[in-house]
Amino acid sequence: MLFFESIRLALNTIRAQKLKSFFTLLGVCIGVMFLIAVVSIVEGMGRYMEQDLIGKLIGVNSFELRHRPNINMGDVDPSVWESYRRRPRLYHDDVAPVVDALPAGTRWAYVSDNSLPVSSRYSSGPRNAQISAVDGDFFAIRKFVIAEGRDFTPQELAMGTPVVIVGPDIVKRLFPGLSAIGRELKMGGLPYTVVGVLETQGSAFGLSFDNQVFAPWQSPVHRLLNRVPSIVDAVIIQVPTASQMTEAQERVRQVMRTRHKLRPGQPDNFSLQTSESALAFWNKLKRYLVLAGVALPAIGLVVGAIVIMNIMLVAVAERTREIGIRKALGARRVDIMSQFLIEAATLSTVGAAVGIALGVGLAKVIAAISPLPATVAPWSIVVGVALGAGVGIISGVYPASRASMLDPIAALRQE
Amino acid sequence: MSQSTEAEVGISTTAERQAVTSQPGATPGRDWVIVTRGIKREYDMGGEIVRALRGVDIAIRRNEYVAIMGPSGSGKSTLMNLIGCLDTPTAGEYWLNGNLVSSMKDDELARIRNKEIGFVFQTFNLLPRATALHNVELPLVYAGMSAKQRRETAAYALERVQLTSRMHHKPNELSGGQRQRVAIARALVNSPSILLADEPTGNLDSATSSEIMKVFEELAEQGQTVIMVTHEADIAAHARRVVALHDGQVSSDTRRERFVRENEHIIAAKK
Repeated sequence: MLFFESIRLALNTIRAQKLKSFFTLLGVCIGVMFLIAVVSIVEGMGRYMEQDLIGKLIGVNSFELRHRPNINMGDVDPSVWESYRRRPRLYHDDVAPVVDALPAGTRWAYVSDNSLPVSSRYSSGPRNAQISAVDGDFFAIRKFVIAEGRDFTPQELAMGTPVVIVGPDIVKRLFPGLSAIGRELKMGGLPYTVVGVLETQGSAFGLSFDNQVFAPWQSPVHRLLNRVPSIVDAVIIQVPTASQMTEAQERVRQVMRTRHKLRPGQPDNFSLQTSESALAFWNKLKRYLVLAGVALPAIGLVVGAIVIMNIMLVAVAERTREIGIRKALGARRVDIMSQFLIEAATLSTVGAAVGIALGVGLAKVIAAISPLPATVAPWSIVVGVALGAGVGIISGVYPASRASMLDPIAALRQE
Repeated sequence: MSQSTEAEVGISTTAERQAVTSQPGATPGRDWVIVTRGIKREYDMGGEIVRALRGVDIAIRRNEYVAIMGPSGSGKSTLMNLIGCLDTPTAGEYWLNGNLVSSMKDDELARIRNKEIGFVFQTFNLLPRATALHNVELPLVYAGMSAKQRRETAAYALERVQLTSRMHHKPNELSGGQRQRVAIARALVNSPSILLADEPTGNLDSATSSEIMKVFEELAEQGQTVIMVTHEADIAAHARRVVALHDGQVSSDTRRERFVRENEHIIAAKK
């Protein structure tokens, strides 16, 4: 009952002294606000990375055979880069043996890509777009949906017919106001007929996934993509279930080691890139971001704690007589102590609650006006409330113990 | 306490003398609510020892109405703090309702204050932000009583001092007399062994004073032990027994009739 009374007393104080309370709680409020905002944005980015971006780049239950990993957002050692640079490339001849070694039911595709100018007679000047030459079940593995038109036919893929499937941005830029299906665009001076338009994939960090052109690998475009035309950038392999990942990877590894004539003990000179290996980097980055997201609000919380401690010291001084009365009526030290601790914790928790509301708002605002996504993590709210109460209790310990040690006679004599 | 002769200490009856001078450490009989045996209180004022009490022997029976009188500097405030368990003596024994209080630690003293003592102060000492009812509830809060029971008990205590109608008012909405009656209700709410009043009429006008004195009179008649500390003879004259302090020692301990007779001129002058 003393507990609820103390909480009520603290809330009354806040109500009675709005301005003072505002400044008292500012530190905790700002600290918690930034904590929630930063954590929400990191969390949102994480969810985006895990569910959308990596999945879009690599695909579910799939891995990519590359001469070196293409998702290297982290700090890769220069010596590692050097070894990557010396690795042999993958060639079109490698594809068949690799594919033959895969377990039954496995889907595969291969791709080479580069950024090249594309033009059409319906718009002025060439535009740079991401050009990919593909073969196999590329669209199925990547879960690209064709919104308009059709997929490549097996004949087109086998013959290298000059046909393309384009992203919506290409339609907007090269065929403004027109249907792209059946119309021609030009790459490397050669005409290609548009047979399909992809559904929009959206963008991440301001980078569009819709500015893409896909053509059969066998079509002339593959000559434009790499210095040596027979170079294949990646072989994409998708197994039916996650449990088959290891076996499929091991088979591909053995084929490639044989083809590259590696002796036992020599390291692989190619990469098998999974979504996990790409995520590993993200998880590393996330740790730094969360650390920064915690360190900055911590400053606010420390300042908040000092302010609350001072305010509580003032409260103890102002209410010395009250403490004397309570002691005379039978309050023990622990009663006085807990009264002031609860009061400090209540004050601080109210600050934290306001901070949580502002932090959620801030995260939403940032998500709305910038490409950064934001997801409010429930645990960050729990942490925010706990931090509020914790800061209050820590900053209340000294004032509360001073109050509890007061001599009742001296306290009663105070005016 | 071999030097405690009747002349010096002024204990009025043999029974009281026996209660005090029996074996040190022996629990007083059940009749005695307060027994002090040679209590001393010394303060260290920057190296100089101030002897506020120099060995006080008092024995008070249950249901007595006692005034402790003395001029300022006589040690009566110190004695009141000791009797009220706000302080402990530097030497001597203090027995309150069978508890040896003089050797207790802070938290034990807090319990004794909560259970055995009802304070009434000169300046009322009500919590300004709390209602009359809430102020009266406070000792019950520290006694650990449930909210519902607390409310009922506090309301009954306010009824005893005829303040039921002002129950939900804050102290600044009450007159001085009403505030002191709230304080009395608060003092009584835990059914304490002693009601300890410190200059209870010091901040009141004479009409209100006599109203408050009447409340004490009634409580004493109902069997409540009342101890009142005052420096005014006419207020002390309301009690049935008057213990006078001088220089930290008991200078006289008399029944009301004799006290009134001896101080007639002072009391008359006040009226």
